Amino acid sequence: MAGPVNADPSPLFYDDDHLRRILKQVRTIAMVGASPNWVRPSNFAMKYLMGKGYRVIPVNPGHAGKEILEEMTYAGLSDIPDAIDMVDVFRSSGQAGGVADEVLKVYEEKGIDVVWMQLGVRDDEAARRLEGAGITVVMNRCPKIEYGRLFGELSWCGVNTGIISAKRRSL
Amino acid sequence: MSKPPKEYGIETLAIHAGARPEPVTGARNTPIYQTTAYAFEDAEHAADLFNLQTFGFIYSRLTNPTVSVLEERVASLEGGRAAVCAASGHAAQFLAFFTLLDPGDEFLASTNLYGGSITQFSHSFNRLGWNCHFVDPKDPENFRRALTPKCKAIFIEVLANPGGVVLDLEPIAAIAKDAGIPLIVDNTLATPYLCRPFEWGADIIVHSTTKFLSGHGTSMGGALIESGTFDWAKDGKFPTMTEPDPAYHGLTFYETFGDFGFTMKARTVALRDFGPAMSPANAFYTITGIESLPVRMDRHISNAKTVAAFLEAHDTVDWVSYAGLESSPYHGLAKKYLPKGAGSVFTFGLRGGYEAGVRLVESVNLFSHLANVGDTRSLILHPASTTHRQLTDEQRLAAGAGPNVVRLSIGLETADDLLADLDQGLTLTAKETT
Repeated sequence: MAGPVNADPSPLFYDDDHLRRILKQVRTIAMVGASPNWVRPSNFAMKYLMGKGYRVIPVNPGHAGKEILEEMTYAGLSDIPDAIDMVDVFRSSGQAGGVADEVLKVYEEKGIDVVWMQLGVRDDEAARRLEGAGITVVMNRCPKIEYGRLFGELSWCGVNTGIISAKRRSL
Repeated sequence: MSKPPKEYGIETLAIHAGARPEPVTGARNTPIYQTTAYAFEDAEHAADLFNLQTFGFIYSRLTNPTVSVLEERVASLEGGRAAVCAASGHAAQFLAFFTLLDPGDEFLASTNLYGGSITQFSHSFNRLGWNCHFVDPKDPENFRRALTPKCKAIFIEVLANPGGVVLDLEPIAAIAKDAGIPLIVDNTLATPYLCRPFEWGADIIVHSTTKFLSGHGTSMGGALIESGTFDWAKDGKFPTMTEPDPAYHGLTFYETFGDFGFTMKARTVALRDFGPAMSPANAFYTITGIESLPVRMDRHISNAKTVAAFLEAHDTVDWVSYAGLESSPYHGLAKKYLPKGAGSVFTFGLRGGYEAGVRLVESVNLFSHLANVGDTRSLILHPASTTHRQLTDEQRLAAGAGPNVVRLSIGLETADDLLADLDQGLTLTAKETT
């Protein structure tokens, strides 16, 4: 995974309510690039999301047929037998286009509504193709960090969440 | 989807940022979480927390819920991505430099700094192998000329202590950017109400929250804030951010935490291993203080302008160095970078020299003679015999703290009372020292 995209002339903005809706609607996530190595961010992002009640299905051709965090790993999206709500792209920006092609082949059959590219991953051209098929796209964000930001946990490490509200947060 | 988020005004942020009603009880004000540690859900949760793989509290040396509210608030006020608080401004500076530098590395610092920072940089940091080169900031190009391949940062105060000097932030930020190193701005005297250095290209901001932010002379504290826009991976200059960290089983901070990786590293390595954590009680007083920062700063500034104009016209006063005065060579820069006012800390020179400085601080009645700034109370100090005492004569002059210099921090009292007190003190001093 590359570092965050800094030199980009057109920063990406996503409305908080939009991201909140995605994170509330989605239940099953296929994580492309999930690592079996517990020190890799993909592994502990997967673990975090599982802890929040999501089912996360790892996709990693090098690890297909074996389990990551007790979930069976598949070589590609088309190999997953179950329905998928969202694809989380834990690959480099250069590989995002290939993942998008794979999504476009199976999104109707699998029911994929959202493609979420990780922090540092952005491919505007791939996003246009996906959006053309009616798929919602988020880029250069981490669903774990956004979940933490929108539901209160990220504030615990001093991050400016941008959330201003006098409403009591539900537990 | 592609529109910037709503921007709240700074008065709203000063009250609300980081602080929602407490979810369990509904307590509207931020509680003081006076606790050292936090119960884990189970062994797995504990392991994930220690591995920095989930969000949560472990031990108040690293994070505390009251301190977290303050951290988010200062990050928000500065328009930054994230903040980490520390026991003092000096501690915050230590966290910043420990996260940036290895032994043998170098950085540039303006000669116009708080005396304590000059001492910290030139003596204590030097013993750690962090070498500071001081640069006269009057010509921003001086920074470019002083750069060396080992330089990892430029450090300045935008509104400099002990007073009157405003730095030209924009070209200095451009020089840092060209060099691929972060510009660190100590924004203590300006506060984010008067100046937001990230908007001018700074990458890191430090504060002594002890001063205007807490505002009442009650609580020590410091803050380190990152903009979130510095590219740590660009040319391999910051392996501490981009290489696997052996202290965290090979975790790479920039990759894992992205635009808040710098403060995460400062917190989970420097704060963890050296321990200058802010106390929850001090965080509480500072949060409360910040809520009134905008109204206090307006009053600080109107009083400071009145006092500076009065002193400029006083027979016993040689000069007044306040960027809010039209006579100041920094007035133009103040208008650009500090449009709401040039702060309330400034210096003036007495015709009577060193002895007159010493006598004046003893002759005033309302002004408190002490080593602090940014209090509700007006404060007076003779830097040459106190805060800048450890410096050489040459360093003192360069820092604007020569023998006849008196520093004031103008508080929130009735302006006429401040003028009357200074007038009687100056008259008495002139009588006794001539």
